[in-house]
Amino acid sequence: MSEVHVALRGVTRVFPATAAQREVRALGPIDLDLMRGEFFVVVGPSGCGKSTLLEIIAGLNRPTEGAVTLEGNPVAGEVPEGIGVVFQEDASFPWLTVTDNIAFGLRQTALDKAEIATRVDHALRLMGLTDFAAAYPVQLSGGMRQRVCLARTLVQRPRVILLDEPFGALDQQTRFLMGDELLRLWRDSGATVMLITHSLDEAGMLADRIGVMSARPGRMLEIIETRWGEERGSRVVATPRFGEITARLWQLLRDESQRAMAGA
Amino acid sequence: MRTLRAAILIACVLAAWQALFAFAGASALTSPRDTIAYAAELLSSPGFYPHLIETAQAFAVALAIAISCGILIGFTLGLYRFAADVGEPVLVALYSIPKITLYPIVLLAFGIGMPAKIAFGAIHGIMPIAIFALGAARNLNPVYLKAARVMRLPPSRIAARVLLPAAIPEIFTGIRIGFSLTLIGTLLGEMFASQRGIGHLLIQAIGLHNVRMIMALTLLLVVVAVTASALLLAVDRRLRRHMFGAP
Repeated sequence: MSEVHVALRGVTRVFPATAAQREVRALGPIDLDLMRGEFFVVVGPSGCGKSTLLEIIAGLNRPTEGAVTLEGNPVAGEVPEGIGVVFQEDASFPWLTVTDNIAFGLRQTALDKAEIATRVDHALRLMGLTDFAAAYPVQLSGGMRQRVCLARTLVQRPRVILLDEPFGALDQQTRFLMGDELLRLWRDSGATVMLITHSLDEAGMLADRIGVMSARPGRMLEIIETRWGEERGSRVVATPRFGEITARLWQLLRDESQRAMAGA
Repeated sequence: MRTLRAAILIACVLAAWQALFAFAGASALTSPRDTIAYAAELLSSPGFYPHLIETAQAFAVALAIAISCGILIGFTLGLYRFAADVGEPVLVALYSIPKITLYPIVLLAFGIGMPAKIAFGAIHGIMPIAIFALGAARNLNPVYLKAARVMRLPPSRIAARVLLPAAIPEIFTGIRIGFSLTLIGTLLGEMFASQRGIGHLLIQAIGLHNVRMIMALTLLLVVVAVTASALLLAVDRRLRRHMFGAP
């Protein structure tokens, strides 16, 4: 875990003034290295630009200044090969079955049908969706739809997986279970993961490192190393170390959240 | 239950028709029984088919043009803000003017015959389809676009594989409305400066005070329009249930 996988240098994002509002400095400057194969979690007060940061890394949004590189190649306003994103909102396509949703991205590539079928079957089993392969998203719960989106991302075998509060709309128990599942997927895939969350518990139990962002314009206040080994996830929530981590996170975020609230 | 309601509705319409016939007399309209009999006679006479085929052809082409152009206009305006700012008021203004006022221009532009009928049918149908397609494109959940971009789809594929299927239920509603308007437009187009078609037969019958013909043609048109509308509505409901879980 020593090789830099994604690098951000002096990244800022300024939303230009419109008729409705003045120029908004949303983000940065941010310098950040994501190491190959690590589980990095970003926490920060509401509106601090976490989602903008993720979109810039994914190439969905351009930085106003600064640069992002993936494996040494610049990411410039176009989604590079090798990146997968799971969004907070349900992005499963309602007009496709679960199977067709998961296969959607693969069918846009030159991959042959047998390989697509194998990968989709594997993802269905991995995500516990086999019984719902022919169902439409409308027939599934919110948690299962998010699993469809996760599966759709995983079948493309991304080397970097970006998750923007994917479990934000789910209840606490489901979130814990999805967190454990996410850890399993991360270990199996060996991908570099960046997860945005507003849950300090989720950050504390999943991450290798936690980046704490300031109120807008979002900068990295501090990066906390959790020093978890294999043993992490919902199993560690009762340990003293977990308490230390979340206490430190809250200490950092309390003032920032108040500032964000006052500014809002 | 639904069949029962439909049967009651049809019975009421027939009863009202019969009552109106008793009140207004044979010089104004024919009775339901006579009308149905004459419609059947028309359908079995070989002289009727060239007219039917002419209208069906004109209508089919007009509808195809209305659907494709309507979707194209709607999507363009829905996706590009500037185009919408300019185009939407124009579209709404065009929608609200009586299309018949454009008829002389259509005739001069396309000449007498099939092209004019098609053009006149199409301009009736384009507007509602464009307006519904515009709404669908504008209301497209932005996360679908983001998801498609993350899967590295080029813009043309995003339009075909994401925007179009996402917009299908709304476009279908537009087509349902556009269908009947296109039919009206095509018939209107045939009523003037035309040698063939159902609209031509109708205007000829009006000139000759041929009440049986007027009534039989009207009945046939109503049957076609109601059947098509019911079919489209059923598909529409199915699509919505499928995609949004609407009841």
